[in-house]
Amino acid sequence: MSPLLEIAVGVVLVIGSAFSLIATLGLLRLKDVYMRMHAGSKAGTLGSGLMLIALAVHTGQVDVLTRALAGVVFFLLTAPVAAHLLAKAAYEVGYRPCSDTHIDEMAKRDT
Amino acid sequence: MSGLAEFSSVFLDVCVNISLAVLTVAFVLIVVRIIKGPTLPDRVVALDMLVAVGIGYIAAIGVQTDYFLYVDIAIALGLVGFLATVAFARFVLNRGLARDPTIVDEIRESELREGGAQARVAGTAAPQGEGAR
Repeated sequence: MSPLLEIAVGVVLVIGSAFSLIATLGLLRLKDVYMRMHAGSKAGTLGSGLMLIALAVHTGQVDVLTRALAGVVFFLLTAPVAAHLLAKAAYEVGYRPCSDTHIDEMAKRDT
Repeated sequence: MSGLAEFSSVFLDVCVNISLAVLTVAFVLIVVRIIKGPTLPDRVVALDMLVAVGIGYIAAIGVQTDYFLYVDIAIALGLVGFLATVAFARFVLNRGLARDPTIVDEIRESELREGGAQARVAGTAAPQGEGAR
């Protein structure tokens, strides 16, 4: 494994974990469940996806690489679906967004 | 060239350790959110994020130990996390539409919190990041 590739893997690993930490801080600091979902599902997916890509580059074996990329694609596909489903369920049931949410286009439907 | 190779392997080692430490901090903070998250959907979102951090752990440990069997487990973990979130979403929807007392209480509490925040912002015109607690 060439040294430059090794350095790149290290950098991508650190960037991915930093994205995970940023998502966590968003989860901790934002105000209501919809904002927290936004932080967790976007930055969290990017973080773990980057780390899996770093692992795929590090191995250099085709089978591990395809599996890691399949994991990344799967994660990219499922995270928005899960977040959307949960947000929709929470809204239907009646959890209100916080008062900083100015545009609520679903509000007129259930008054 | 051998100096560069030596540096790069040390650099990779340090990077793996840094990312493991950062992920540990993230893990602990997510657990804090799970424990104190005021509503059930908050906790479900935090559990989803916990799965993502677990996958990050698997990737970092795979780089550190050159043991790649865990990639399959990462995929399975992602699948389980997705299915768990979907199941929890259905659960929240069903229980909420059935007016389960626990969820109704949570919703009433969240409306009270929101009303209080609104009154405070309208009164002082100084919105604060921490105000919604």
